[in-house]
Amino acid sequence: MRVAKDLVAASATPMVLGILAEGDSYGYAILRRINGLSGGELDWTEGLLYPLLHRLERLGYVESSWQSVAGERRRKYYRITNTGLAELAEQRRQWDTVVDALKEIWLGPGDFRPFIAIALEGQA
Amino acid sequence: MTASDGQDELEAQFAQWRHYVLRRRELQQSDAEELEDHLRGSVDELVAVGLRADEAFLVAVKRMGSLDDLSREFAREHSERLWKQLVLTGDTDSTVADTRSRRDLFAMVICTAGAVASFKVPELFGISLNRDSAFYGRNFALFALPWLAAFLAWRRRARPALVGVLVAMFALGAVAANAYPLADDSQSAVLTAIHLPIALWFVVGLAYVADDLRSSRRRMDFIRFTGEWLVYFVLIALGGGVLIAFTYGTFEAIGVDPERFISLWLLPCGAVGAVVVAGWLVEAKQSVVENIAPVLTRLFTPLFTAVLLGFLVAFAVTNAGIDIGRDALILFNLLLVVVLGLLLYSISARDPLAPLGLFDKLQFALVVSALAIDALVLLEITGRITEYGTTPNKTAALGENVILLANLAWSGWLMLGLVRRHKTFAALERWQTGYLPVYAAWAWLVVLVLPPLFSYR
Repeated sequence: MRVAKDLVAASATPMVLGILAEGDSYGYAILRRINGLSGGELDWTEGLLYPLLHRLERLGYVESSWQSVAGERRRKYYRITNTGLAELAEQRRQWDTVVDALKEIWLGPGDFRPFIAIALEGQA
Repeated sequence: MTASDGQDELEAQFAQWRHYVLRRRELQQSDAEELEDHLRGSVDELVAVGLRADEAFLVAVKRMGSLDDLSREFAREHSERLWKQLVLTGDTDSTVADTRSRRDLFAMVICTAGAVASFKVPELFGISLNRDSAFYGRNFALFALPWLAAFLAWRRRARPALVGVLVAMFALGAVAANAYPLADDSQSAVLTAIHLPIALWFVVGLAYVADDLRSSRRRMDFIRFTGEWLVYFVLIALGGGVLIAFTYGTFEAIGVDPERFISLWLLPCGAVGAVVVAGWLVEAKQSVVENIAPVLTRLFTPLFTAVLLGFLVAFAVTNAGIDIGRDALILFNLLLVVVLGLLLYSISARDPLAPLGLFDKLQFALVVSALAIDALVLLEITGRITEYGTTPNKTAALGENVILLANLAWSGWLMLGLVRRHKTFAALERWQTGYLPVYAAWAWLVVLVLPPLFSYR
């Protein structure tokens, strides 16, 4: 199963901001992290990640700096700013609302759990 | 294969990949570096799980997806990159190009300041712009063009011998403009004021082709330079007009009369400065921006052709004859200049190897109709000159007409060959670039020889 493109795009910003909130990072590591978190189910491309990082930088949510690693190689590290943290908190609030509502529908009180089980079994 | 061999090969592959990435306008040096770091991370990981370096590279590149998709995504975020910006502030990416463009900028500022300062020098000797307007009219080109030539010669690292020739030519121009006893309202004075800038422009051309004087390609570059320079100069002049209007309006509103400042400082200094700045802009932007002159040519060639053909038809129908008034010859000279310009600038933009198209045929029609009209005019004018005798004005105008006519006639002949497919386009190009010295020679002739010939009338 692959997550639909629209959903990937919608969750991209909070995902990147969330990862950067854990600590400074760079493009490749962010992509690896997302891969690891989703068990490879989130289909992120470089074409999605880097322009997004540049957009977040333009909006002031993250800032970047070049650092030397391993000889002559230079690597662009991203760090989340205070504005970025505020944005992350706001996005988190919205996502919580959405996720809670969905949970309410799918796992809420009531007796439809068997229906889902049946439906899933039917699919399998 | 040894490990270092594999490493070298990998580096070569990375270099090639970088080259491909940098060819994309949407992707800049810093993006390429960031993506390369990503690619290297990917390669390192694949090597760690047991792939050979070259295999790992292929897999990593494949995973990254096509460059088309990648640059499309980048373009969405960085749409401004699709609009080429003039490098005024310096290209932060490449340091070599940066220092060069900064040095150019510096040289341009010096030359512009020099032009403006030299314009004000005569005032130290009591020659003022409002009282001695004739002096300034004759010498205007001498304040601006030497500085433009200096900028170009500096940029091309002209040899000392050539620099000597340039200095001598400008000195000669200064002598011609000021040593002859020309009355301010004489025909010769007006002719000098018109022809000296043209003569000196070709000296600028000498500085422009400094690296290779005989090369036809370089001369064609100078023709392109002239067209673009004119376009930029007109644009700067429009901006200057707006500036002057606001200066006038705002100062007037608070009761300060800015007219003296505008007419003695802003307007003349701006004009001489703009000559140099426009030249610098063309040099700085030549590879950045689509040339404008050929675009204008494309737009106006069909329109001019229609007008000229319409004129010929109307002339034939009304059968009234051409009224050769005082200004008629000048008007038709200018018409030939425009036709020649249309021809030149479409030549300058044409791929020499491109097959013959409709546009070439259209241009042939334009040249032929201009020739027909000019033949009619010349017939009239020679009759008049034999009747009333000649003046400096008539001689200059007639000479120019003959020169332009000769050029267009031979161009028409070459184009006929082109249309009938037994001549190459290169012949036309060579003919035009080879003809440039003729214009220069005639302009100098008018400035140097005509006044004494007509005893400074």
